[in-house]
Order: sequence, then structure tokens, then C-alpha cells
Amino acid sequence: MSRVLTEHSIDHVVLERGEVANSWLRERWDSLRLLTPNWLNRLPGYAYGGSDPDGFLNLPEVVNFIVRFAAETSAPVRADTTVTSLSAFDGGYRVVTERGEFHCRTVVLATGATNSPRVPDLHRGVPQAVQCLTTFGYRNPDQLPAGGVLVVGAAATGVQLADEIHRSGRSVMLCVGEHVRLPRSYRGRDILWWMENSGVWNQRYDQIEDLERARRLPSPQLVGTPGHSTLDLNTLSGAGIEIVGKLAAVRDGRALFSGGLANLFALADLKMERLLDTFDAWAREGHADIEVGAVERFEPTRVPSSTRLSLDLRSGEIRSIVWATGYRPDYRWLDVPVLTYKGELRHDGGVVTEAPGMYALGLPVLRRRKSTFINGAEADARDLAQHLVDYLAGCKGSPLQRPESSQNATI
Amino acid sequence: MSQVVNNGVNVDALLAAREALKNAPAAGEFTWRASCKWLNGTHARSTVQGFRGLGEEQSHKSEFSFDTDHPQVFASEDNGATPVEVVLVGLASCLTAGVAAVAQNRGIQLRSVEARLEGKMNIAGILGIDGDVRNGYDNIKVTFHVDADASKKDIEALVAQSQKRSAVFDIITNPTTVTVEVV
Repeated sequence: MSRVLTEHSIDHVVLERGEVANSWLRERWDSLRLLTPNWLNRLPGYAYGGSDPDGFLNLPEVVNFIVRFAAETSAPVRADTTVTSLSAFDGGYRVVTERGEFHCRTVVLATGATNSPRVPDLHRGVPQAVQCLTTFGYRNPDQLPAGGVLVVGAAATGVQLADEIHRSGRSVMLCVGEHVRLPRSYRGRDILWWMENSGVWNQRYDQIEDLERARRLPSPQLVGTPGHSTLDLNTLSGAGIEIVGKLAAVRDGRALFSGGLANLFALADLKMERLLDTFDAWAREGHADIEVGAVERFEPTRVPSSTRLSLDLRSGEIRSIVWATGYRPDYRWLDVPVLTYKGELRHDGGVVTEAPGMYALGLPVLRRRKSTFINGAEADARDLAQHLVDYLAGCKGSPLQRPESSQNATI
Repeated sequence: MSQVVNNGVNVDALLAAREALKNAPAAGEFTWRASCKWLNGTHARSTVQGFRGLGEEQSHKSEFSFDTDHPQVFASEDNGATPVEVVLVGLASCLTAGVAAVAQNRGIQLRSVEARLEGKMNIAGILGIDGDVRNGYDNIKVTFHVDADASKKDIEALVAQSQKRSAVFDIITNPTTVTVEVV
């Protein structure tokens, strides 16, 4: 956003609570790699320039990528500037930080949707002897006590951690709720090559039939590894990880799992096949048939003959639980009434219509299906920057002064 | 091919209700009720009529009554279905209604929908013969035969979506806290 605002000659500051790439530095596990292949990591005027376009950046490389971009664009970043309050003020906004106040006409909330781990309330019933970690606290399997591990959640994070922990020699049980299955490669191309080129990833939020559902979808079961391997439930169960149903309750020290697993497999398999059908149709229409391999179909997710419905958490069978149950945004500092009763921001494609001059970036399917991926930032930022420029052009009144004024703050 | 799909489900009203409830979440709190009277032996009669929802008391057009009993192999008089069969009835009817509603919403004309259900149970549990055997079903199998203007894939997706949105499927596959009091 900052880069695009600079192109529009909009005076602005970027407020960062820590340092550039803070959440990548402090809130992710050690082995994390991006889900997008390097060639797809594009930001405005900036792209991957290394020797491995099909590879996936690891954590230090991601941090380096973002820090270099911030430096190259000379983004006016105020590091270590935590925002404590944002409120309406004099036709604009007042941003109170631990390092003073800013007054601005417009504000962009670029804090994203993954500010804190979302752990279901039922975690309170877990016996004390079982060590619990969230994905913010988890770094690597060495942190976990010896013994079995229950990983709750089967989105990208859950399947990756289940796999990594299982490779460390522990027995792993994975609780699976609604999930999105994707192969890493399809017809010889990375799955995200298909998403990008077929146009699926660019589908706009106002063209999606059930937008709320699309915004709630868990992240796809993908991992970026040098071997480009698929990490679906068949891979995991084949490796010896026990797949169980959604964790439905913890009662009297027992974890109770849903018996509805087979339908969740069916839903995910059918959804994946519809997506592959879409890709095939696009390829057949002459877009890519010569560039890609033969049509493939994948084995349906194998349904175990019977799945475990309960687990005594005091039996010692598992010693720790990793909650990979998603993330939630944190708007405790936002003193403008623009949240739903569930604490989500009300916005129309990133335009917070109830608060003129307020925008959001980096939320799921904000303006496009790819909004939360690195290469999804540019198109959204350009759309919203244009809206912001038009809004400022329509603003009347004297420019805001004191204590520190800026036309725009990006948080 | 511009025939209007009609499965007898008013999807527009359901979608309108969904929109309305988004802005008034409290109205979505429903309470369903049933009463049961013992008649004789294992024969009992349950009735339903009133329920609460949309912020006020509601009522079925009339009272519905369900006799339950056990068959003669249980040394009973067989005046009605067994309660465990009623559970299957609940699941079957919920999934079938869901198939119709989802089909309507997806523009799929149904010609016939039939579901067969089988629940496996070892009665060593309820008879107290073997403490390792549970009382309830070990396994329930539902087989749908759907004749509709749709591909096999679309019909599979229809049935999958019906399970995803089914209250009874959720009740059976997930634990529910039950409190029983004597007053």
C-alpha cells in the first residue's frame, strides 16, 4: 500500500508495532516456507530475482524479501510504534500510539486476519498434565514433551505441523474438520500456477456467490517443500498419522471426536474435483493444453473403516496438544464502531463504508480470492489506493495539523 | 431448458430468513420441545406442538403424536417403533429434507429421493451383558437413491451438502450435553 500511495504522491506513514516483517519474525514456526512458489512472489515493482523460481522461500528468506522491499521502496516505516487507539476525529482519524499521536484523513488497516491464534473454548477442559501450544507458541517438535501429540485442525498449518511432528518420531493424531484439499502439482504445473493463470485466483469478491463462506474457508492443505510434495490426508494417514474427526468436546478429561468425517472427506474431494474440472476446461479452451501434462485425477480421501470417537486425555496416550485451529484479527485498539458482533470488520471489498476514509487490506477474499497471498496485495492495494485518492480529492476543509499530521496512516 | 425447478421448497423465504437473522442473531435462538407419557410396559406416547423461535412462542398447526414401543422379540407388545428407530427416522427425514432444499437452491429438479438407513447395534450394551459394548449405535449407514436432472457428481455434492447442513446429522455425529432432572 505504501508503495502505491507513493506512486500517487500521497503523504503517509506506515506504523509497525515491531520491526518490518514482525509477524514473520516472531509468530511463525521455524520450518515454515511460503505456500507460493518464488516466481509468484510479486509486490508492486518488486519480484523474486533468485535462481530458484519454482522453490519456496523459507522463513529467513521471507523476512529478507519483505525487508528488502521496504528498503527499496523507501517506505516511511515507523518501527516499534504500537497503535493503542484509533478513533474518529475532525472528519478524519486520530491514531494514538506508544510513540505519540497522528492525525490523518484516511487510514488503512493492514493488520491482516492472523493477529492471534483462535483456540476453541473447549480447550478449558483439557487436563493440566497435557501441554498445550498454539501455532504462535510452536517453533519445532523439540519443544514438545516426549509422547503422543494431538494436532487439532487440518488447514495448511495443521497438516504441516502434524507431518513435522510425526517425522520427529512421535505418534500423532490429527483432528480434521472442514478442510480444503489441493494437490501441490497438477498436470505438471504447480497448483497455484493454475489458480493464477486460469483466473480463479483473480475472481473478484463481488462475483463470488457465497462470499461469506469463501471468506471463512480454511487455508488449503498445502506445503511448500523443495520436493513439491502433496500433503493431503492420504499422505498423512499413509505415513501413519491417525486421522480423527473434528474435536467436538472435552468431557471429563476425554476428548470426543465427531463421527461425521466421511462427509467432510466427500465435500473436500468433490470441491477439489470441481476446481480441477475448471482448470481442465480452461486448458481445453486453448489457453494451456500444450503447456501442461495429461488430465489427472486423485485417489479419493481414504475413509478409515472406523475412526476413534474418543480419547482419554489422562491416559498418557497423548502428552501434548497443538492447536492449529486458525487465527483471528485483533481490533482491540479500534475505537470506531465498524465490527460485527463476532468482532469482524464490516467492509465492502476493503472499503469500510461506515467510516469514510478507512480501508482494510490483507483479509480473506478482501477483493479477490488471492487477497491474503503475497502476490494478491498489489491488485487490492491499487484498487483501494485509487478509491482513497478519489476520496481525498473530494475532501473539503483545512488540512489537519498537530500534533503530527499526515494524509494517511497505514497500520 | 428454461423450466422452473420446483421441489416444493421455498428457498427464497429461507434465504431471506438467513439474511434477516444475520442482523438479528438472537432471533435465531430456537427451543424445540417434546413431551412423553408412559402408557404401559414399554409403550409410550410422545407429542410435539409448541416451540420457541424468532423471539416468541410458536406452534405447529396441530399436535403430532408418536407411539413408541419395542417388538415382540423384546417381550413387548409392539405398539410402535422403537426409540432407536425413531432416531433413524429423524436422521433420514432431516437429510431428505436437506436434499430437497439444497437441490432447489442449486436449481436441480428432483424426481424421486429415497433413503435407506441401517444402524448396527449390539444389544449386549443395553442389556448390561458386556460393559465394553456401548448402548447406542456403533455405526449408521445411509444409502440414498436420487433421481434428478443432474450428474452423478452433482447428486453426490447435493447429498454431501445436505449432511453438512443437517441438524440431526450433527446431533448424532457430535456429542451433546444432556441434563436429566427429576422434579
